[in-house]
This record gives sequence, structure tokens and C-alpha cells, in this order.
Amino acid sequence: MKTREPFKWVAVGTIWTWLALFALLPNAMVLVASVLERGQDQFFAFAFTLASYRRLLDPLYLSVLLDSLYLAALTTVLCLLIGYPFAYLLAQAPARRRALLLLLVIIPFWTSSLVRTYAMVILLKTNGLINQMLLGLGWISEPLELLYTTPAVIAGMCYALLPFMILPLYAALEKLDRRLIEAAHDLGAGRVTIFRRVIIPLTLPGIIAGAMLTFLPALGMFYVADLLGGAKTMLVGNLIRDQFLAARDWPFGSAASAMLTGLMALLMWAYYQSSRRANRGALP
Amino acid sequence: MKSDAVIELRNVSKAYERHTVLRNINLQVRAGEFLTLLGPSGCGKTTILRLLAGFEQADSGEILIAGRDMRALPPEQRHINTVFQSYALFPHLTVFENVAFGPRLQGVRGADLQERVLEALRMVKLEDYSARRPGQLSGGQQQRVAIARAVVNRPLVLLLDEPLSALDYKLRKAMQIELKQLQRRLGITFIFVTHDQEEALSMSDRVAVMNAGRIEQLGTPRQIYETPENLFVARFVGEINTLFGRVVAVDPPYYDICVHERIVRLKSKFIFASGDRVNILIRPEDLRIWREHEGSDEERATLFPAAVEDVVYKGSTVDLIIRLDNGDRLSTTQFFNEDDQAIVNLDFQPGERVFVDWVHDWEVILPHED
Ligand SMILES: Nc1ncnc2c1ncn2[C@@H]1O[C@H](COP(=O)(O)OP(=O)(O)O)[C@@H](O)[C@H]1O
Ligand SMILES: [Mg+2]
Repeated sequence: MKTREPFKWVAVGTIWTWLALFALLPNAMVLVASVLERGQDQFFAFAFTLASYRRLLDPLYLSVLLDSLYLAALTTVLCLLIGYPFAYLLAQAPARRRALLLLLVIIPFWTSSLVRTYAMVILLKTNGLINQMLLGLGWISEPLELLYTTPAVIAGMCYALLPFMILPLYAALEKLDRRLIEAAHDLGAGRVTIFRRVIIPLTLPGIIAGAMLTFLPALGMFYVADLLGGAKTMLVGNLIRDQFLAARDWPFGSAASAMLTGLMALLMWAYYQSSRRANRGALP
Repeated sequence: MKSDAVIELRNVSKAYERHTVLRNINLQVRAGEFLTLLGPSGCGKTTILRLLAGFEQADSGEILIAGRDMRALPPEQRHINTVFQSYALFPHLTVFENVAFGPRLQGVRGADLQERVLEALRMVKLEDYSARRPGQLSGGQQQRVAIARAVVNRPLVLLLDEPLSALDYKLRKAMQIELKQLQRRLGITFIFVTHDQEEALSMSDRVAVMNAGRIEQLGTPRQIYETPENLFVARFVGEINTLFGRVVAVDPPYYDICVHERIVRLKSKFIFASGDRVNILIRPEDLRIWREHEGSDEERATLFPAAVEDVVYKGSTVDLIIRLDNGDRLSTTQFFNEDDQAIVNLDFQPGERVFVDWVHDWEVILPHED
């Protein structure tokens, strides 16, 4: 064991250094910046103030936050509604077909999600593929306004985040013991009851994990709102980006960012608590 | 149709893809009886239970439950419950909720539900565990929850698929007795599956011995053990010695059979012709061992000379492995008998010369099978 000590220290040390440099330090800097004053010709002046946080309480910015939460929640629910049946079929499929379907879920990861969002622009724009097809079929007489709408933003976010919902759901559904379903049938339960009282509770960890993996990124995804929602949709992500790059108000951008991080941390803590409660009394 | 059959299988066959699992099964289960399906692993026992529970469909034949054809009825509408081999308890529900699962679906609520669930839990001595999750229970306790969860529905028939095979020896013995008592108390028909012949014999009213998708013999434990109808049954339900013989004279039901150059006169319900080859089957406990100095000379003329090859002391019995002078190996069980001076006589030594015979009429004679 002694001989492995140095290796252990190097390995653990590297990871900690990495985390400290690229996770802890930037976050600390954001936190510090958020309580500084805005400078005249520098990004900040070194004086303590909570003004940025106070500004966040402005109804204008609160409504941005609420819009973001609403859109992220809607995206999550839609991903769940689309992802659950898909993951269920995936888990039921014979081994070979399952590998193919899983590949289809993973393929989008091979391209950057920014590029994929541009692809959606091409589909949705006024003379884009969808409008052309509908016109060609004669179902509509003039192009629909698809791009730069809230539904377009939601569709784009669902498209980008669906795999993050499907994969944890699939993991949970694949583990589901078929014998429990037979046992429920045996005790007199029909399909709906089994789904409600056996399948959903047993896959709840997957549902929660998928919801976290969809909801949290959805809060911060500014480029989808930019590209598909145009200037109409302002989300927290856009707000932060604009403060840093356009308005050059770093303390306010930092405060918004810190608040978002705090919100996410709160959600993860709630998740941790609920999973601990769910695990209590489960199989050792 | 017999009116006392709660379950009847008529010419039931079942195949998975091309592989035939059940061939022409005919079986009537009487109301209130404890019937065991006994057979080696893979012989189709679980498949019969799955057909009865409704998880599988028979390829041909009829399955009647309480006189009704069951083919179109899904599992949730059959008046049958199963205790699964793996227990299949719901891990996310407490013991109470597991047991309450069935009654709730029947619309039982409130105090009625409480009472019924607790009564079932009391029956399996688990009323103090109702708030626990299955993961916090031992194997034997999970087993009992599975039983409570099934019987709380007051089914017409309870199917039990090797419910005790995961338990250790002592617990298994205790549960065998508890299950049997429970069955008597509830009066529910039990169809019990096991590959353990001792378990089958000690618990059942009747046993169906199965092999390769067929029922080889159906009868009381005693019939199965004492008068097996074929070699498979004879060998599967306990250890048995086989002596080869040839019929030399016929006087039904008596036959003179030549065994190792000795003629023995034996009784059989089978009809043999002179010259037929037969197997004479003798349980180890029915063999008698004579020491060299025992018996008169004329008695000895009918005995088979042999040598002790091995002595296995088992506490209440001594098992001897005997090799007949013509080469056959026999296994015998000798009981200590305190009324007898025999107690000193059980002190056999390997290599010792002995003579062997058996209590006539306790053997079984079967046609020779290749
Ligand atoms: N779903 C299935 N698909 C294909 N073969 C099966 C299936 N279930 C069981 N079998 C086969 O049917 C035979 C009988 O199985 P089973 O009834 O489970 O036997 P037992 O319970 O007596 O051990 C075995 O050979 C088994 O491999
Ligand atoms: Mg089986």
C-alpha cells in the first residue's frame, strides 16, 4: 500500500488543483465581483455594495427570471412527456434494436448544440424547409411565422436537451424488474394502475435525474433563445451574457450569475434530500 | 366432469418457439388440497403455474378454473394468486402497503383494509414489521410477506413456485411446517412447486412427478414413494437400488425371477411373460444385512453374498455401501434400534463380508427400460 501513496497524492492533487483553478476560483471571482461597485473606466471599482443584488429585485429583472423558470419548466415537462414513452420502448426493445435506438439518441452529441440550433433556424425560417413543405403540399397558402416565437425557443430547447432526459429514464426503466409488473397483474392490477403505482414510483429517481439534467441547462441556455427567439425572448442566460458583453456591467452580471448558481444549488440540494428520503429503507 | 376439481388441465401443451415444454398435460386439482409439482429443473413446473396464473397461453388444450374456461381471462381477473420464486415484493412500498396492494384494488378501504392486512401479517407472524420496507427484512421474512400478500386476497387457488428454495436448511424446515399449517387453516387449494423430493413428500396431499414436460405419476406421497410407476419416478423420489432380473416362471400375480443366479418369488401388478427382463427396485431402508455368523445355512442359501465397501455414520442411521460379489453396488440404511441388541451389530467395518436380502413385498418390479 505504501508504494501507492505518491501516485494517490498526485492523482488527487491534480484533480483538486484543476477544480480549484477552473471551478472554485472563477466562482469565487464572480461572487466577489457581484458585491463590487461598477467602475468608471475599469470593469469595477473596489468598493463593497449590494446594489447589484438590489437591482435584481427590480420587477423587470424578476420577470426575466420568472420567464426563464417557466420556459425551463415547460421544456422539462415536454421532454419528460416525449422522453418517457421513448425510453420505455427503448428498454422493452430487443437487444439489437435497442443498441441502434440508443445510438440515435446519442448521435446529436457528435455535433455542437450551437450548430444544431442553427440547423433549426434553417428548418423554421420563413422560406425554410417546413414552410416550403407545407406550401408544397398546399396545406397553407402563405408561410407561417415559425422562427422568433416562444414555441420555437421551446422546441429548440427540447431538441437540445431531450437526450439528457432520455438517458437517465432509460437507465431507470431498464433496471425495472419485470417480475414486479407480473406480481402487480397477479394481485389484480390493470395496466393503468401498474403504471401509476409500480412503474412510475420505481423509475422516480430516473425521472428526477432527467428533470434536473434538463431543467438546469435550460435555465442557462442563452443561444437557443437568441437564435430562435430573436430579441423577443430575454432569459436569465441572455441577461447575464448581455451584462458582460454588451452593457459591460460586470458586477450586475456577476450578481445575476451568482443568483442562478445559488438557485441551481438549492434545487440540487432538494434533489439530494428527496433521493435520500427515497433511499431510506430501500435495498441495502 | 368431476365436481370437486377447482382446476382442470385437459391435454394442455405448450412450446416456446420450437422447443416443446409441456406435452399433453392432464391434471385435476381438488378443492382444498395441497398438490405438489415435483421434478428436475427445466421440466416445465413453472410453465404450468404461469399458464394457470395467466402469464402464458397454452398452445392447445383447455384450462378450467372452477369449471370455467380461462383462456381469455387476463391474470388480474383470475381468482388465483402467486407466491413468486423471487418473492417479487414491491421495494418502494412498506410491508403493509405490499400486503394492502391486492385488497385496495378490490375496493377495500379504511378500517376494513387495516384489519385485513394486519390479520394476514399476524398469520405469518410479521404484524410488528408492517412499517418496514422489504429491503430491511431477512429472506425468510420477505418470504412470509410474499405469502401474506397473496393469501390476503383469499384466492381460490394459491400458486407457490419453489417458495422455500432460497432459504437455508433450518428455516426451510420451519417454513414447511408453517406453510402446511397455514394451508390447513385457510382451506385454500395450494399448488406448490419444488425440485426437492423430501419437501414434496412431507408437505403434500398429492404429488405430480414431472419429467421433460410430462407428468410421470400422480399420487399420494406414499404411492409415489412406495409404488413408483417407472424408473424415473423411483429414482427421483429418493435413493433406490436397482437389481436386474429375468422372469423364469409366471403365475400371476406371482413371478419367479432369476436375480444373480438365485430364484426369488415376487408379486407384481404388472403382467410379465416368461423371459422378460425386469428391474427390481429396493429402497435402502428395505435392505437387510446379515453378518457372517448370523442365520442358518438354509437361510443363507437365499441371501446374496457381498462385502462392505463404505460405512457412513449419520447419527440416527448408519448408511452402508455394499458391493455384491457379482459387482453391483447397493446402498443401505440401517436404523439404530435400542430394543434390539442390533445396536452393537451396526459396528460394521469396511471390507467386512456380509449377506444381503430384503423384506419381500417391499420391492417394486418394473419392466426393464433401456
Ligand atoms: N420465456 C421462455 N422462452 C423460451 N424458453 C423458455 C421460456 N420459459 C421457459 N422456457 C424453457 O421451458 C422449459 C421449462 O421451463 P420451466 O417451466 O421454467 O421449468 P422448471 O420451472 O420446471 O424449472 C425450460 O427448458 C426453459 O428453458
Ligand atoms: Mg421453475
